[in-house]
Amino acid sequence: MQEFLQQLVNGITWGSIYALIALGYTMVYGILRLINFAHGDVYMVGAFTAYFAARLISAHGSVSPLGALLVLLIAMGTCALLGVTIERGAYKPLRKSPRLTALITAIGVSLLLENLGIIVFGPDPKFFPQIITPRRIEITRGVLVGSHQIVILAVSIVLMLLLQLIVLKTKIGKAMRAVSFNRQAASLMGISTDNVITFTFAVGSALAAAAGVLVGLSNPKIDPLMGIMPGIKAFVAAVLGGIGNIPGAMLGGLIMGIAEVMVVGYVSSTFRDAIAFALLIVILLVKPTGLLGTGVAEKV
Amino acid sequence: MSVARREALKRIALPVCLFGAVLMACSLFSCAKKTEEIRIGEFGSLTGTTATFGISTKNGIDLAVDEINSAGGIEGKPLKVTVEDDQGKPEEANTAVKKLIEQDRVIAVLGEVASSRSLAGAPNCQNAGIPMITPSSTNPKVTQAGDFIFRVCFTDDFQGKVAAVFAYDSLGVKKAAILRDIKNDYSVGLAHFFDSTFVSRGGKIVADESYSEGDVDFKAQLTAIKAKSPDLIFVPGYYTEVGLVARQARELGIGAPLLGGDGWVSDRLIEIGGTALNGCYFTNHYWDGDPDPAVQSFVSTYKKRFGGNPDALAALGYDAAKFLTAGLKKLASEDPEAFKTLVGGVPNAATGKLRKETLIKLRGILATTKDFPGITGNISIDENRNAVKPAIFLKIENGQYTFVGKVLP
Amino acid sequence: MKNLLLVVTAIVVLLLLNFLLPSLINPYFFQVLILCGINIILAVSLNLVNGFTGQFSIGHAGFMAIGGYTCAALTYYLGPHVADKAVSIGLSRSVVGVSFFVVSLIVGGLASAAAGFLVGLPSLRLRGDYLAIVTLGFGEIIRVMILNVDAVGGARGFTDIPRFTNFFWVSFFAFLTILVVRNLVTSTHGRAFLSVREDEIAAEALGINTTNYKVLAFVIGAFFAGVAGGLFAHYLMYLHTNSFTFMKSFEVVIMVVLGGMGSITGSVIAAGFLTILPEALRPVKEFRMVIYASLLIFLMIARPQGLLGMRELSLHTFRSLPFRMGKKGRQPQKQS
Repeated sequence: MQEFLQQLVNGITWGSIYALIALGYTMVYGILRLINFAHGDVYMVGAFTAYFAARLISAHGSVSPLGALLVLLIAMGTCALLGVTIERGAYKPLRKSPRLTALITAIGVSLLLENLGIIVFGPDPKFFPQIITPRRIEITRGVLVGSHQIVILAVSIVLMLLLQLIVLKTKIGKAMRAVSFNRQAASLMGISTDNVITFTFAVGSALAAAAGVLVGLSNPKIDPLMGIMPGIKAFVAAVLGGIGNIPGAMLGGLIMGIAEVMVVGYVSSTFRDAIAFALLIVILLVKPTGLLGTGVAEKV
Repeated sequence: MSVARREALKRIALPVCLFGAVLMACSLFSCAKKTEEIRIGEFGSLTGTTATFGISTKNGIDLAVDEINSAGGIEGKPLKVTVEDDQGKPEEANTAVKKLIEQDRVIAVLGEVASSRSLAGAPNCQNAGIPMITPSSTNPKVTQAGDFIFRVCFTDDFQGKVAAVFAYDSLGVKKAAILRDIKNDYSVGLAHFFDSTFVSRGGKIVADESYSEGDVDFKAQLTAIKAKSPDLIFVPGYYTEVGLVARQARELGIGAPLLGGDGWVSDRLIEIGGTALNGCYFTNHYWDGDPDPAVQSFVSTYKKRFGGNPDALAALGYDAAKFLTAGLKKLASEDPEAFKTLVGGVPNAATGKLRKETLIKLRGILATTKDFPGITGNISIDENRNAVKPAIFLKIENGQYTFVGKVLP
Repeated sequence: MKNLLLVVTAIVVLLLLNFLLPSLINPYFFQVLILCGINIILAVSLNLVNGFTGQFSIGHAGFMAIGGYTCAALTYYLGPHVADKAVSIGLSRSVVGVSFFVVSLIVGGLASAAAGFLVGLPSLRLRGDYLAIVTLGFGEIIRVMILNVDAVGGARGFTDIPRFTNFFWVSFFAFLTILVVRNLVTSTHGRAFLSVREDEIAAEALGINTTNYKVLAFVIGAFFAGVAGGLFAHYLMYLHTNSFTFMKSFEVVIMVVLGGMGSITGSVIAAGFLTILPEALRPVKEFRMVIYASLLIFLMIARPQGLLGMRELSLHTFRSLPFRMGKKGRQPQKQS
């Protein structure tokens, strides 16, 4: 039982990471019907930005929680900019093109980011400096939670709540929902679709960057190719929960994280990556709209 | 011929001629250049997750080659080492070795550190009749690839055995867990040898988990291990993952020490693992604190040139290079005519044939080398082309390595 | 009769080239040519699925892996037995060896085709993006499954595969692939494929069994990918699952997209170009993928139909090229 609870804790931690990345995927897909393959690499850039920022800050003395927050904000800001640049540079010219073209371009952007990362950052893994010293907290007998894991969970929840707030209670959030419902009608209503799309990309990328920073803090090894697998898994999580659906992305992320940890802990670690795809195939065969998603009729 | 036809021909003529010129240029350009040096190939992981392996080994080899060249080379001919980076991938290792053999026309290959990469490159050397000397690959299968493959370090059946004996006898551990890297021959082999010896001595393996090279999260496997309460965890992996494993084990409240093999050897190990590694042990090929004057002189020369202490991989790279050149020197003194065929490139098929015969002779010399004085110990090649050498146990305390013991074969 | 003569001549020419070329050109370039041939098979077979049938599959590396491993396992484990048996009957060892190799290639292709069937069937309900991700997923699952089979080397890789691939076999199968795909596409089945690509619902409404055709495309594409995998295995003499990740699938997709989705000659040219390019860029190897990626993005924005779009190059095109290359307004002269 102890072991199971501990694995659950491990799973929830990873699940929140996947959820953060999945949110970006789901928002972009909801608005543009585009799978932004490059999203996983934005996560990677977030982690690296945080790495360099952390080194800069810790060089001036020891780091406090305030310093960690600063690092997080710097990373989120940089990646929001990156997301907007990608959108303007690569996706905007293809708004009217068939979806396949945009998909291929997304693959291209992803490859570009990864390989630029290899050239600029160097292909060798880097190791995050310890900003937060880990402390162990015991929940029940034998089940330990590291302070890292609590930070990850807390930050994820705060960010997700913030996002829900923005989407449901603000004007721009309303605009986002309108554009994802029907882009043409929204623009007829006077909503600047370009701005909304830009904003969506910015927010999604910022969330991915946050995920990158959190992962860097707890699993200190980062390398330019670290975004590929989490990116794909987060996409699967988004599909699992219902693509285009924000609570769905969070749910999907959690399920993904827990399933992965359970498989690795109880079966074998070689299936760690395969479980994501197995889940995807199952959900697409059984309920293609996802757990929380609603079906959309296809017009002929 | 009509005007149109003539015009048409003129227009095609230029591109066709250009194309032909390019083809000719290519074939000329690719001809082997004739030079007067002895070409040696080296392949290693200069980039990738195990980058320090390749870089350390390269440093050791460079040091050795420079020493030999400044002493006049072999029979006055300098050594030239061509290095190929395999990025830590076996399929790149295969391509790299092919290129070294077919394009650079090397007479011998040094490499690799990781057994999987050595295994990928060895068949190419064996089929081409080029001797390959691995400085640090410990999986027994490497030299089984053929009689042209040698190693100057101990093998995993020895390493795994002594690790198990150390755990059971010296540390008094009766229950152990294994966490191995399933993507890695070295790790799988070493774990297997540890397992069999430990069990045969009376110990019990209470948990056997695995991970893949490149993973960053091991909490799931460690949680499963923790549930079985072992007294020790055997982690025969590479330093990158080992450091993270140690950290996460401590985070989960596992206090048992970790024991590992020579895959831990890296100047980044402690940087990655931090204080989590205190109280852990691993086997190694040599220790830079060894009072032996030969070792100390090597350490100081290395330090002066590269900064930082040489690790076992650098020492083994150095030894492998010196071992090879000792063999070449012997060949040169016994059969100077044959030795000449090893110099420079291969301008025609006849030279190639003579070279092949000479390499067979070289192989014979290497295979019968006994008592070669290496920095990492006495190197005597046995009938399986392995070196019979002692293992050294090191303990990590407060970010420093301390010497625990030496086990003779 | 004329066709048969043509085929026999072609085979003889290829055989001659196989034996003469290595001494004429640098053996390194010879290897590159062989790689070109393998990539041509991959690109053309993927084009059938992606270009002609419009099903976006990015799991081609998985089929290549199945074919490669099956073929290698056959020649490695069964090959020696078969050879011994043959020698005891009195047949030549090398002839039997090569024949068994060809048989293994076909078997490998069939294994991949079976996998293609298994992948194609459930994926049919999905469109566009989802199909892409599912095929990617299948590719990865296949790779992980192979990684766990110790008999073919598992994580260590499959070593000591006998060297059977040579210029002749690679070009033979490349021609075969091109021939089969071209004949398929220009037949009535080809029209069905194209209709599935253009408007699936309309095609279904006209009575074309789109399911069957989509699966057929997958199966045939997978078959040739498997053959390419077998040739690859016996060229490298070493197999490792790391060669069959989605990166490899992407590389093939880039070849198809660059050449033009729906153009066989485009795929051939792009495959050749993209095989030679990395070798030529070896000095700047790190930038290779950056160049690839930038090329892909630029292509999609500027010229999404690739080099040739859906057009094919033929003898007619070449013959009339000099005439068409003239300045605008210049009329071709009447032949005297």
